Amino acid sequence: MGLDVNWAVKWLTLSAQAMAEHRVWLIELDRAIGDSDHGENMDRGFQAVLDKLAENPPETPGAALKLTAMALMSKVGGAAGPLYGTAFLRAGTSLGDAAYVDAAALAAALGAARDGIVARGKAESGDKTMVDAWTPAVEAAAAAAADGDTLAVLIAAAEAAEAGAVATDPLVARKGRASYLGERSAGHRDPGAASSALILRAAAGAAA
Amino acid sequence: MKKLINDPRAVVDESVEGFGLAHADLVTVSADPKFVTRRDAPVAGKVGLVSGGGSGHEPLHAGFVGLGMLDAAVPGAVFTSPTPDQIIPATLAVNSGAGVVHIVKNYTGDVLNFETAAEMAQAEGVEIRTVLVNDDVAVEDSLYTAGRRGVGGTVLVEKIAGAAAERGDDLDAVAAIGDRVNQNVRTMGVALSACTVPHAGSPSFDLKDDEIEIGIGIHGEPGRHRIAMEGADAITDRLLDPVLGDLGVASGDKVLLFVNGMGGTPLSELYIVYRRAAQVLADRGATVERSLVGNYITSLEMQGCSISVLRLDDELTALWDAPVHTAALRWGM
Repeated sequence: MGLDVNWAVKWLTLSAQAMAEHRVWLIELDRAIGDSDHGENMDRGFQAVLDKLAENPPETPGAALKLTAMALMSKVGGAAGPLYGTAFLRAGTSLGDAAYVDAAALAAALGAARDGIVARGKAESGDKTMVDAWTPAVEAAAAAAADGDTLAVLIAAAEAAEAGAVATDPLVARKGRASYLGERSAGHRDPGAASSALILRAAAGAAA
Repeated sequence: MKKLINDPRAVVDESVEGFGLAHADLVTVSADPKFVTRRDAPVAGKVGLVSGGGSGHEPLHAGFVGLGMLDAAVPGAVFTSPTPDQIIPATLAVNSGAGVVHIVKNYTGDVLNFETAAEMAQAEGVEIRTVLVNDDVAVEDSLYTAGRRGVGGTVLVEKIAGAAAERGDDLDAVAAIGDRVNQNVRTMGVALSACTVPHAGSPSFDLKDDEIEIGIGIHGEPGRHRIAMEGADAITDRLLDPVLGDLGVASGDKVLLFVNGMGGTPLSELYIVYRRAAQVLADRGATVERSLVGNYITSLEMQGCSISVLRLDDELTALWDAPVHTAALRWGM
């Protein structure tokens, strides 16, 4: 057994709720070091995901994530659209057609998502981007997967992503819009890392 | 702040709809997915030119759709790049079979979305070349940033590459002309005030009454550093020095001088800036052969300007002079 398509749909639904609830907060984070659009774009993108899920209910977790990828890629725009789109596409591809996702497959899918983000955005750890939430999340998930408990994997990932997002506060941005600020980008949380942590927390919430 | 809008979420839809109504003789508007094409697109045998980016920079890009310039413009949400599901159909709509050039400003979002769209359009059999515009000298260290941004020079790339396509150059030649313009243009901008993204509701950065932001981009993002307000000549010198230094403008060079308003600065002030910039260029022995002054690539209602200098050769000058008929630029016909 493991997590099924209902978990995936619930994850995406909780993600959409989180984006709507934190829309203004994400806009404010982006206003400080970017261009004030992240919360708006993520909210719009995940509403589109919900529409797609209702229109065309997926049969497997992998299918749900692929459908999410297409919706985000076509509705979010900015850098976040292709980055999250690639993340969900790689995660969905990693899960394949399996009806159930076990702990190892889950950790592998999170790793594939992170690798997709790195391949598209070419950011490294410490550049003050969403990679700084995803990489610790992937490492924590891999460590937790040994025990075979999917909920434990997701909780470990969510906690590590949240800590990773907080840890972007003092960093100087080296990729993305905030990089133009140089030293002045320090002292602000990266909005992409913040939204990544919200999404990974939603994944854990859906499995609880 | 007060804005002449109905609903923050409908700003782009309603504005593009109005643009289409006002310029129905020049363009056709697709509402969903949103893009604007030249009315007679695809033009048989001609290379198509597509550009796009976040909204809020008007007249860029839709205002430059028409004869002698762009075949299609793809507007995103305010300050947000458009998505591949807009860029791909716009590309297909203007492809006559001669291929399509994407003109992309070097911002992470624009690059990623156009890259994805180009891959997918190529998979559908359209030859694509991409001209990446990165003329902003405010970004100094490209190893530690996303690289120089595409700003004022974009307008010049679109005009000159558009003229090359109109005269019948093939795909590689049009892209090469675009690259040549990009290599020979440098820009630097200043903000006297921030701007307010409609859905955000508050200014994109906080600037005191006596402060200015040097080295801004065009998406309302803050610039490189902040200094106390100065006179127009001093500010002009601050912008122009790094532009001329980076471009290596020498005595005897012929240039195009482009003073661009960010949306909230009156033309009278832009001409004060132009006056000083022209004096400095003359002092350096450069000849200003062509000029452009006005609001062409803006940041909503931001006060401020950018100065672009393009080093001209005879071919670039002839292409600049070639006829153009768009909503925002029109001459020679």
